Amino acid sequence: MKNKKSFAPQEAEAHPSRCPDNSAFKQQRLPAWKPQLTIATVLSTFFLTGAFCLSVGICLILSANSVKEIQINYSDKCSDCSKLRENSFNWDIECLCSIDFTLKEDMLGDVFMYYGLQNFYQNHRRYVISRSDAQLLGREVNVQQSYCAPFTTYKNGTPMAPCGAIANSMFNDTIDLFYNFNSSVIQVPLLKTGNSWWTDKNVKFRNPQSHNLSSAFAGTARPPYWQKPVYLLDEENERNNGYINDDFIIWMRVSAFATFKNLYRRISRERHFADGLPAGNYTFHISYNFPVTKFKGKKYVILSTMVWSGGSNPFLGIAYVVCGAAATLTGFIITAIHLKLRKKKTYFQK
Amino acid sequence: MTVPREMPEKWPRVRGPGGAEEERRVRANAREYNEKFQYASNCIKTSKYNIVTFLPVNLFEQFQEVANTYFLFLLILQLIPQISSLSWFTTIVPLVLVLTITAVKDATDDYFRHKSDNQVNNRQSQVLISGVLRQEQWMNVRVGDIIKLENNQFVAADLLLLSSSEPHGLCYIETAELDGETNMKVRQAIPVTSELGDTSKLALFDGEVICEPPNNKLDKFGGTLYWKENKYPLSNQNMLLRGCVLRNTEWCFGLVIFAGPDTKLMQNSGRTKFKRTSIDRLMNTLVLWIFGFLVCMGVILAIGNAIWEHEVGVCFQIYLPWDEGVHSAFFSGFLSFWSYIIILNTVVPISLYVSVEVIRLGHSYFINWDKKMYCAKRRTPAEARTTTLNEELGQVEYIFSDKTGTLTQNIMVFSKCSVNGHSYGDVQDMLGHKAELGERPEPVDFSFNPLADPRFQFWDPSLLEAVKLGDPHVHEFFRLLSLCHTVMSEEKSEGELFYKAQSPDEGALVTAARNFGFVFRSRTPKTITVHELGRAITYQLLAILDFNNIRKRMSVIVRSPEGKIRLYCKGADTILLERLHPTNQDLTNVTTDHLNEYAGEGLRTLVLAYKDLEESYYEDWSERLHRASGAPEAREDRLARLYDEVEHDMMLLGATAIEDKLQQGVPETIAILTLANIKIWVLTGDKQETAVNIGYSCKMLTDDMTEVFVVTGHTVLEVREELRKAREKMMDASRSMGNGFSYQEKLSSTKLTSVLEAIAGEYALVINGHSLAHALEADMEVEFLETACACKAVICCRVTPLQKAQVVELVKKYKKAVTLAIGDGANDVSMIKTAHIGVGISGQEGIQAVLASDYSFSQFKFLQRLLLVHGRWSYLRMCKFLCYFFYKNFAFTMVHFWFGFFCGFSAQTVYDQYFITLYNIVYTSLPVLAMGVFDQDVPEQRSMEYPKLYEPGQLNLLFNKREFFICIAQGIYTSVLMFFIPYGVFADATRDDGAQLADYQSFAVTVATSLVIVVSVQIGLDTGFWTAINHFFIWGSLAAYFAILFAMHSDGLFQMFPNQFRFVGNAQNTLAQPTVWLTIALTTVVCVMPVVAFRFLKLDLKPELSDTVRYTQLEGFGELIMSGKNMRLSSLALSGFAARPSASWIETLRKKKGGEGSTACSPSGAPDKTLKV
Repeated sequence: MKNKKSFAPQEAEAHPSRCPDNSAFKQQRLPAWKPQLTIATVLSTFFLTGAFCLSVGICLILSANSVKEIQINYSDKCSDCSKLRENSFNWDIECLCSIDFTLKEDMLGDVFMYYGLQNFYQNHRRYVISRSDAQLLGREVNVQQSYCAPFTTYKNGTPMAPCGAIANSMFNDTIDLFYNFNSSVIQVPLLKTGNSWWTDKNVKFRNPQSHNLSSAFAGTARPPYWQKPVYLLDEENERNNGYINDDFIIWMRVSAFATFKNLYRRISRERHFADGLPAGNYTFHISYNFPVTKFKGKKYVILSTMVWSGGSNPFLGIAYVVCGAAATLTGFIITAIHLKLRKKKTYFQK
Repeated sequence: MTVPREMPEKWPRVRGPGGAEEERRVRANAREYNEKFQYASNCIKTSKYNIVTFLPVNLFEQFQEVANTYFLFLLILQLIPQISSLSWFTTIVPLVLVLTITAVKDATDDYFRHKSDNQVNNRQSQVLISGVLRQEQWMNVRVGDIIKLENNQFVAADLLLLSSSEPHGLCYIETAELDGETNMKVRQAIPVTSELGDTSKLALFDGEVICEPPNNKLDKFGGTLYWKENKYPLSNQNMLLRGCVLRNTEWCFGLVIFAGPDTKLMQNSGRTKFKRTSIDRLMNTLVLWIFGFLVCMGVILAIGNAIWEHEVGVCFQIYLPWDEGVHSAFFSGFLSFWSYIIILNTVVPISLYVSVEVIRLGHSYFINWDKKMYCAKRRTPAEARTTTLNEELGQVEYIFSDKTGTLTQNIMVFSKCSVNGHSYGDVQDMLGHKAELGERPEPVDFSFNPLADPRFQFWDPSLLEAVKLGDPHVHEFFRLLSLCHTVMSEEKSEGELFYKAQSPDEGALVTAARNFGFVFRSRTPKTITVHELGRAITYQLLAILDFNNIRKRMSVIVRSPEGKIRLYCKGADTILLERLHPTNQDLTNVTTDHLNEYAGEGLRTLVLAYKDLEESYYEDWSERLHRASGAPEAREDRLARLYDEVEHDMMLLGATAIEDKLQQGVPETIAILTLANIKIWVLTGDKQETAVNIGYSCKMLTDDMTEVFVVTGHTVLEVREELRKAREKMMDASRSMGNGFSYQEKLSSTKLTSVLEAIAGEYALVINGHSLAHALEADMEVEFLETACACKAVICCRVTPLQKAQVVELVKKYKKAVTLAIGDGANDVSMIKTAHIGVGISGQEGIQAVLASDYSFSQFKFLQRLLLVHGRWSYLRMCKFLCYFFYKNFAFTMVHFWFGFFCGFSAQTVYDQYFITLYNIVYTSLPVLAMGVFDQDVPEQRSMEYPKLYEPGQLNLLFNKREFFICIAQGIYTSVLMFFIPYGVFADATRDDGAQLADYQSFAVTVATSLVIVVSVQIGLDTGFWTAINHFFIWGSLAAYFAILFAMHSDGLFQMFPNQFRFVGNAQNTLAQPTVWLTIALTTVVCVMPVVAFRFLKLDLKPELSDTVRYTQLEGFGELIMSGKNMRLSSLALSGFAARPSASWIETLRKKKGGEGSTACSPSGAPDKTLKV
């Protein structure tokens, strides 16, 4: 008997109460915010959103309208060159083409010059992966193991530098702009550096380490479609040569869509062009190298000014206006429905 | 050992052609002989794996899951370089994670099964081998062995009782483990073996038993013992079944007939099936559909690719030659098909399955932690033993409940009686049977009686006074109670009496008599000794006319010391009142009134009567009785006729009323569950009267009911006829109701089903076990089901464990409804296992039911909380979770599809591959998990107050194919905007510094960022209950997205792995652009605002009940609160209320039930009111 008695409390200790804790978490009584879709919140959301979208949209449209842009399809205008380039045997024949155009108004502020390509599938999966970022970082890599195929090595085993389809297909037209000022022709000064992202220029692309660039690329060969090796891309500027050439970097940043424009040059704002491009007659002198007619593509040259929202971009502004209008309209519709059906709600009383 | 010379030719083959056993031959003490039949040994195995087979078997099982195989297949695809559009790690990491988690869980479960198997298999028993008793483990016991059992031991296998310590080879067993009945039962050895009392004689026993093959019928056994050239018929009365416990018997010997898996216990425990919820099945279907959809998208894009390569790609070959081995556009298209299958696979993310498991686990913990389901008395919290069924708790339509111990406490109490037209037992304050709640006077003091049972309580002192005053009727009344029974008494010490009753009712009656001074002291086969108010009187017991289901009465004939012969009879009122002497008419009327009154209170009543017998008449009768019992044929009938003859013209003494106390809160729980449109069927092994009584007391059956049909037919035809009549009555009634519809017209045009669904009145069906056996036959089961389902309450009595399971199976099969079985005894195990959800009450009767159950707790009343609160929330959360999950993955994945049209169908992904890997695991998993675990639409007390809130779950309204398509449509809509708005912007835009904006990487970051923001806003809209955890996860996920984005695009990672982290510098360059943010903002607004508008309009125009309840408390709409007053727990108001605001429920209900008439679909039996929408 005695044993039994002494056992009982021990047992109770050994099995502490199995009663669950009375904590808010375990009892699902956590304090919580219970948002409600009430008429007030919903309507204010709609009207505020509507107002916001409309104002943003109008701002965007206004600023987009202030952008001056001129776009010239030069693959059509230089049809002779286009035809010549259709045949790849003519790759070493130079083809020059001049295009005149007139600016009716001044293009004030910074003016940017782009080349545009149409129907060029830079976003194709096999194209996008066809590069070796390690190689472009200046590292010793076996390009055979990259996704560069078939632009990895020549038959004799010499690796291509840079390898891959992207690099191989680099845009290689040269475009110069001339201003016909009082019957004299002035070349518009263009800046070819400072056009790419700082991270690209300084982090993502590095030349191989060596005492000079040509020796750094010793043992490699230019991609088959290139006219000159990578270390001769800009012989004048060491900081713009090899892999860190701005034109190359910009080309390597593949576009999301088949129709795109890449920044080619910026107008250097000096002398006549301190405020931008004055109105007048201009001529593009184009060295036509990049064949597009084979894949039914088109080439453009574009001049444009900039505002805070970028260049000419009517879509965003219009979309905002439409969205704002829709939101406001929905707000009114909801109000109408709510008021109209309010009477019916009394069915609860019956 | 001698072989019997004459072997019967009746059973030519032991094994049938299919290897199925046709009969069983067992020879005692002959292991070699028995071995050739290869009977199962006594070793049981419920586990699934062992150490060696675990990995292959478990993996095999896991890969039987559609989803797992699908991901394995994807993984293999990704290893093929030509089509690998994504890195292999995007699939393998989640897949391995899922497989491991599941395997660990399975392993733990199986470990515990192993443990319990071992424990059972290693129990010791004494086996007679070569004349010596040896200790053997249970698993080593063979068919044909003779084993010795001692008191309180479990029976190791199904035994033929040979002999026992008690006279006449009697022994007592308790069958609680087997059928849940706690009273003792008597088994008797056949006379010829009952003399084999010691081991030397038994060792020479070489009888051969030929009997039926193993089966699951607990109450039947047929076989013959051949011994010494004689044959002896064997019946269930001679058998001890595995799972029983030997009681009050010092020892006994038995011959093992069935062992291990062949025993009736094991045969009765239905197969352990892996239970799946309907959402699981729906999910699997949907996954298949999505897979089909995926293939379609793949085909479209592959065709696109072939055309593109043919038209454009060919020309573009100068810059982008085709891969080696690809020579035609067609083949390229073929490869791109597989590539697209890989990148679009995220429409069914593997994390779906893991997340679902996590959410269910969370819900299970909430059940375990619920303090309101903790029973302080038994110190048992509720337990979710299966963690995969929670949301189905929110969809239950049928509850199958055991009675004894589940609805009741299984404690019988003598509460009232009527003696000679005077009713005793009423409590002064008229609180009725709600004993413990009301204030009561002091109970009657029984201290005058030293033999009184101190636990017995009675509240009406006038009865004791009547005893003390010597009222002869009262004395006779209690004398009857102390004599007319089959209770055994045990007197451990002087004056300390213990009664062992076959049924708790008898125990209660004898105990009552004991306290009122008529103490049943002891019995021998020929005498009964009773202490009548202190005087010991021994009555000579002349005959016991035992109880059976047809007679519904029992009688004893005793000779008093004075020599008078008297018959005492007690039995069901319906039977007994007919057999009274005509002079009793007045008394009968009064007593009948009392009986009705008692029955109305839910008490179990018995009528008591007596009859004096003439000495000469008795002699004659007894002579005839003796002859009849010796008769070879029609013995039962002849006995019954004789009993019938003597039990006639009796004098009424009175009536008793016994209360099997209901558990606390049972009527309330049943009322609430009924209001929640859950149908409750009681399946009980008890006799019909008891079951019906309990039905009344727990308000399943009410006096308001139009009719209670009782089906007790013994033959197929009778049962069919009874069911038909019931149906006809119901139809007649609804026709005559004349609520604007002519049912005759519909009778001809629609099926039986719909008509029966239209029944307007409230009916109940009571069906007996033997009738049920016929009703469950293949050709009648539908008829039975339709009849039963038209009734509001169904009670099946005298059912076997297997029948319970069959009933559940029947409803499962034809009703497509979620079933829940609740029980406490081992006899409920198969039902618990069969039902979609099994609930075990951890009560008096062992833990078999709990072990087999999915959920367990100790009080029936917790069921309402389990279903209405936990189940409802689980269902709601799971549905919201699934909707959102499919939405977010479609929104995420379909962007690739649209992009395909702009990238030459080349299977280029829109996003960075790390974003694809992490999107489902990191960026969007936790907020939706938090919603899936914590969300609450209405507070818990509301779901109890408005049981109708449960209905959407039953009708499966929150997640079904329609909802799925809505989610998918929303996802696709989002993906369209997600792609085309940035496309529109980027197509023509430049950065503010003049550089190009539309590069691929900036586009990828923009789309990814707007996607993360949009789905976060969406989860914010979906979350209705923002706890701190939700806040943390939602804001945290957004923060994590940006943190990881910047980390992935950082210089450091790029320097280490330049080919893997090519997006270097992208985040800071892109996200610094105002245009990009304006794009993201626009996308978010356009994606979210329509959703807000639709949600609000739905809420405003067609609010669900839950919305209304939610708004009522928060906003205090005056009119809602006013109507809320009479809404609570009032069935009419509720059904009307529920029907009005959401006609869609009614629609769904209509479709589901297939009814065409508008009155055919009232959810709660108030058709004319509900449908005036």
